Amino acid sequence: MLLRYILRRLMIMIPTLLVTSMLIFAIMEMPPGNYFDTYAAEMAAQGERADLRQLEFLKKEYGFDQPPIIRYARWIGGFLHGDFGYSFEYQMAVKDVVGDRLYLTMLVSFCTIIFTWAIAFPIGIYSATHQYSWGDYGLTFIGLLGIAIPHFLLALVFIYFANVWFGLSIGGLMDPQYFNQPMSWDKFVSILQHLWIPVIIIGAGGTGSMIRSVRANLLDELQKQYYTTARAKGLHPRKALLKYPLRMALNFFVSDIGSILPSIVSGAELTAIVLSLQTTGPLLVRALQTQDMYLAGSFLMFLALLTVIGVLISDIALAFLDPRIRLQGGSVK
Amino acid sequence: MNVMPPAGPLGSGPLPHYVSNAPFDPKAAEKLSPAQERIYLASQWQLMWIKFKRHRLALVSGAFLLALYLMILVCEVLAPYENQSRHTDFIRAPPQSLHIFDNGTLRSPFVYGYVYKLNLENLKREYTVDTNQVHPIRFFCSGDSYRFWGLFTADFHLVCPAKDGQMFLLGTDRLGRDMLSRIIYGARISLTVGLIGIFISFGLGILLGGLAGYYGGTFDMLTQRAIEIVHSLPHIPIWLALASVIPASWSPILVYFAITIILGLMDWTGLARSVRSKLLALREEDYVLAAQLMGARTPRIVGRHLIPGFMSHLIASATITIPKMILGETALSFLGLGLRPPITSWGVMLNEAQNINVVALYPWLMIPVVPVILVILAFNFFGDGLRDAADPYH
Repeated sequence: MLLRYILRRLMIMIPTLLVTSMLIFAIMEMPPGNYFDTYAAEMAAQGERADLRQLEFLKKEYGFDQPPIIRYARWIGGFLHGDFGYSFEYQMAVKDVVGDRLYLTMLVSFCTIIFTWAIAFPIGIYSATHQYSWGDYGLTFIGLLGIAIPHFLLALVFIYFANVWFGLSIGGLMDPQYFNQPMSWDKFVSILQHLWIPVIIIGAGGTGSMIRSVRANLLDELQKQYYTTARAKGLHPRKALLKYPLRMALNFFVSDIGSILPSIVSGAELTAIVLSLQTTGPLLVRALQTQDMYLAGSFLMFLALLTVIGVLISDIALAFLDPRIRLQGGSVK
Repeated sequence: MNVMPPAGPLGSGPLPHYVSNAPFDPKAAEKLSPAQERIYLASQWQLMWIKFKRHRLALVSGAFLLALYLMILVCEVLAPYENQSRHTDFIRAPPQSLHIFDNGTLRSPFVYGYVYKLNLENLKREYTVDTNQVHPIRFFCSGDSYRFWGLFTADFHLVCPAKDGQMFLLGTDRLGRDMLSRIIYGARISLTVGLIGIFISFGLGILLGGLAGYYGGTFDMLTQRAIEIVHSLPHIPIWLALASVIPASWSPILVYFAITIILGLMDWTGLARSVRSKLLALREEDYVLAAQLMGARTPRIVGRHLIPGFMSHLIASATITIPKMILGETALSFLGLGLRPPITSWGVMLNEAQNINVVALYPWLMIPVVPVILVILAFNFFGDGLRDAADPYH
């Protein structure tokens, strides 16, 4: 039963990704002209003559003399065997430009989710079990602040106070000398030292909404009769809480990842730009500005893939936890 | 008073027939007290208002937002300076503080003037407060001339700096423009982007969700998949991609509308989903069958009988998504991909604060963060209150 559910979810994923890729390609195609025209114009503006023959060759090579459909087919076909196109700006394969950055984005997102869980879960439980206490009000308000303050503003404020109070410069995801170096213990330690700041910043919004939903769901469960019965029979309050209502609330907890993951990825991109992290964010914006379409398109596609797979994992985890979902075979929402 | 006939001996005549001549009142048995009447006979909107009023924080937030939206109607009058007026002698001047005591004597509000010196060692502009220069603030005065909504020229302001004096309560920016005035002008753009965006997503959501919910079948399936796809995409990168498509040659007003459309295009899924699920539940109701039997067409049933039933709920959930749009605009403009300089919005102003060195030296450039956060918090509280008030089972 579980296997069939997973298969079904995988089958839904394929058309989703296909449509997404078409959407992204269409957006990339939308601006008039292409990178080569922009490049030639830029060279002309600087008073230099671009090598027209080379440009013509490149244009042909990348199918810019053919209709978009064929270019799309080649682009998406390349994905299947790990060829993500060519970055005009860097004159390298997209795969090499992206390099470590994609893993770092994944690392940041993953750590953010763990952080969100680790913080939101106990706070949510505390808020629900101490409803309308001062602690509840205070924590709920802090959570709301987390939702209200946009990631990049939080990042700015963080940088400012780190600079003013501690004289620290907190940009970057590792010390500069480690970038583009192979993984080593020192590099790993350096990443860990830098990682916590973006994780807190990106996680703030998700944590806020997570606290709210844990609190609301747990409150619903605490009002149900089975909980009253358990308490009436003399079960220790903590055991009664942990054994039944918490397990029910856990389901929402897992399924919520599906809805906060896109916003975590979004936030990671923005925060990365402000903090100049060596992840995909800064590169993506640069690629969009210069119309480096394969680089930008492949980036967007990676991000979409990241979210879709994340949602898939949370759905499967939910199916493990909650028999009602895998038996009905329906999706979570 | 009708006179009763004298009762005869038992069984001798018909029983007396009593008729009260008090005016007939069919509801006499269930008389409502005035307090009950107010609630039982209230319309749906009145009920919402009664419930909404109990939510103090939401009420305060609503009033705050209302004041802001009224403010953007007359921001030219409220701002002490004109939006783009530059003060080249006061570039990146720090905020001046408002005083009412000068050497221990009370006087009308004023600011002390600045003495400007260029530090030749690090080329930093240094402003020192000069307590000899007193610039009293004028009220209801004429100052910078402006074009009111671009319609006619005027120079009336609520407050102005002293003649030949300055008043930069929140400092100035890179071009020596008053931050306070620009924040007031920026509200006009930042606050309306979200509103227009929400209209677009509202329209799309009701249309697609309504059709999917009422017709079901293939169309429903397609809409569902579309919603899932849009919902699973990270919004900000897609917004960035769409915004980078806007040609640089477009006029500011076109860019403004393009940005609102982009914001609206990604946001309709939540509304469409809730419209659809509500419709699926409501279309089985008897009154829909009755309307169908009477020959009403589908658009009439959906538009006239179904949607109004949960309109209040929809408005409440739309309110909660406005902050997302405001944040989206701020983020895009902050990165330089959204609105562009001749337009003043909070995001455009924050664009100057992108560089950490600038922020460390001139922290007041970050001040537009404050209105952004306040507005978003207010919308969150207001939306929460509206949602609670719109929920009939709460």
